[in-house]
Amino acid sequence: MSALRLTAVVKEYPGDVTALKRVSVDIPEHDQVAVVGPSGSGKTTMLTILGTLERPTDGQVEVLGHPVGPASDRELAGLRAQGIGFVFQAFHLQESMSAVDNVALGMLYGGAPLRRRREAARAALVRVGLEHRLDFRPKQLSGGERQRVAIARAVAKRPLILLADEPTGNLDSKSGGEVIELLHGLADDGATLVLITHDEQIASEFRRRLQMRDGEIVDDRRR
Amino acid sequence: MTVAAEARLPLRELLTSALQGLGTSRLRAALSALGIAIGIGAMVAVVGVSASAQANLLAEIDALGTNLLTLSPGTSFLGQNEVLPPTSVPQILHQSGVLDAVAIYQLSENVYRSPYVPAAQTGGIGVDATGQDLPQVVGTSMASGHFLNAVSAGYPETVLGAQAAQILQIEHVGGHELVYIGNRWFLIVGVLEPVVLDSSLDSDAFISLPVAEKLFQTQPNASEIYVRANQNKVIPVSNLLPASADPQDPSGVSISRPSDALEARAAAKGQFTTLLLGLGAVALLVGAIGIANIMVISVLERRGEIGLRRALGATRRHIGVQFLAESALLAVLGGVAGLALGAGATDVYALTRHEPFVVPVYALVAAPAAGFAIGALAGLYPALRAARLSPTEALRA
Repeated sequence: MSALRLTAVVKEYPGDVTALKRVSVDIPEHDQVAVVGPSGSGKTTMLTILGTLERPTDGQVEVLGHPVGPASDRELAGLRAQGIGFVFQAFHLQESMSAVDNVALGMLYGGAPLRRRREAARAALVRVGLEHRLDFRPKQLSGGERQRVAIARAVAKRPLILLADEPTGNLDSKSGGEVIELLHGLADDGATLVLITHDEQIASEFRRRLQMRDGEIVDDRRR
Repeated sequence: MTVAAEARLPLRELLTSALQGLGTSRLRAALSALGIAIGIGAMVAVVGVSASAQANLLAEIDALGTNLLTLSPGTSFLGQNEVLPPTSVPQILHQSGVLDAVAIYQLSENVYRSPYVPAAQTGGIGVDATGQDLPQVVGTSMASGHFLNAVSAGYPETVLGAQAAQILQIEHVGGHELVYIGNRWFLIVGVLEPVVLDSSLDSDAFISLPVAEKLFQTQPNASEIYVRANQNKVIPVSNLLPASADPQDPSGVSISRPSDALEARAAAKGQFTTLLLGLGAVALLVGAIGIANIMVISVLERRGEIGLRRALGATRRHIGVQFLAESALLAVLGGVAGLALGAGATDVYALTRHEPFVVPVYALVAAPAAGFAIGALAGLYPALRAARLSPTEALRA
């Protein structure tokens, strides 16, 4: 069964900008995909459409078997709350919250009570190797540690889909390597991973590599 | 997998997240809450100050007693002035439940400093004959000197009401100030304090009834009788009084209770000044605009957070409610601060005026409630903007 499927997806932005030109791709469950391509090739746009943060101008999107087109805002939000974890280049951590609360925030909209969310958050932070940083604020953490908190936030709810947009973009190569290794390890537990990167070295470690250019997938190869 | 229904955020989570949101820019939040605090504080102070003034007046009335009744001859069926019989006072004194009674008899004389004052310059001072109990019964005391007594019954002595003394420029009684009443010199033996329950007595001069009868041939028909009733029997006593005063013609007697009028005045005093409340409302409006302004800025600054929350599964509604809760919480805090501010101002006012400190109970609920309503209203537009924000646009910021 496919986790994510795009069929002839077009995304246009106001001002005659076409970010995606009839993109079709099928990503089966448990697949681990690296998306590479120059800036402006449509990588991030595709990721936001896969993550149901945006709807396509044309074409069909299916996430975990649900067609996105007819779904309401509430249904898509529910899908994201339960099934999709995001990791961003800019971490997007809340400065006023501790690491545990930042991770617990990732499960807020799933409806679990705070105590249970904090428990899961602690477990997730242990999994990403931050058991000694539970009550630290983002300001007190290094870049690599911050991204690991963000990853813990994405995976604490055990999503079926993990979407990462240049998670190593703000990190040095050592902590970047650790983050990628971590993501692979977590995805091996059963999630479908789609990761955008500029780094060919990182992409080469993925089972599947999508090359994008000018809003199209120009190359799709498996290792 | 099935798509779960939209998660409902528990109130506690909503408040926690609102507090955290406000915590990101504390000074700004405090300043915008101050606007609401000033508006609500002004309104609470207006309500509190007038309630305190009212409570003070009511306490004063209570101290003077609400058991004073006034009898006067009414007008008959045919429009003629009735006359109270000379036996009225002794008969009233026999009625059960009556503690004391005293009559005044109006004279058609005037009071002058000397015979050389032109007759037309009466100063509006009336002359009444009365008994020795008048001050006790109407609830006043002497500002100076003493009231008419057994001696006054045989000599031309007079006591002035507070306002009459002022008009005649007599500040205190030294024992040899004289006034000229009806072609005779009278010695002033006392000046009364103002009579709160019946201020018409303040502009009168009082002489004893025997003197009045001897010198001015006054008829012993009372023009007004003041009665102190047992506090618990005021109504039954007042129902029986006409029959006691004039058994022949009870319908010709009219009765009033002076404290009633004063209580009505106190109630009117308790009505807060609309103008001042209006000023408070303007301050509130400015405060509300301040909050709306702050929230719009906050939405712009926290686009990243909004995008993140949307990515984490928040619906548009979740985002809108979060910002609405923040602005409502901000204004409720402002409302509570305003309540404290207004109560403090009322307290200072009451202390300086020696009045009781009163803030109406409804203000305790109304102040935070008004804050909530204003905050929710002011936050509506910013919350809508936040909810409408596209998640990807927000994440890019």
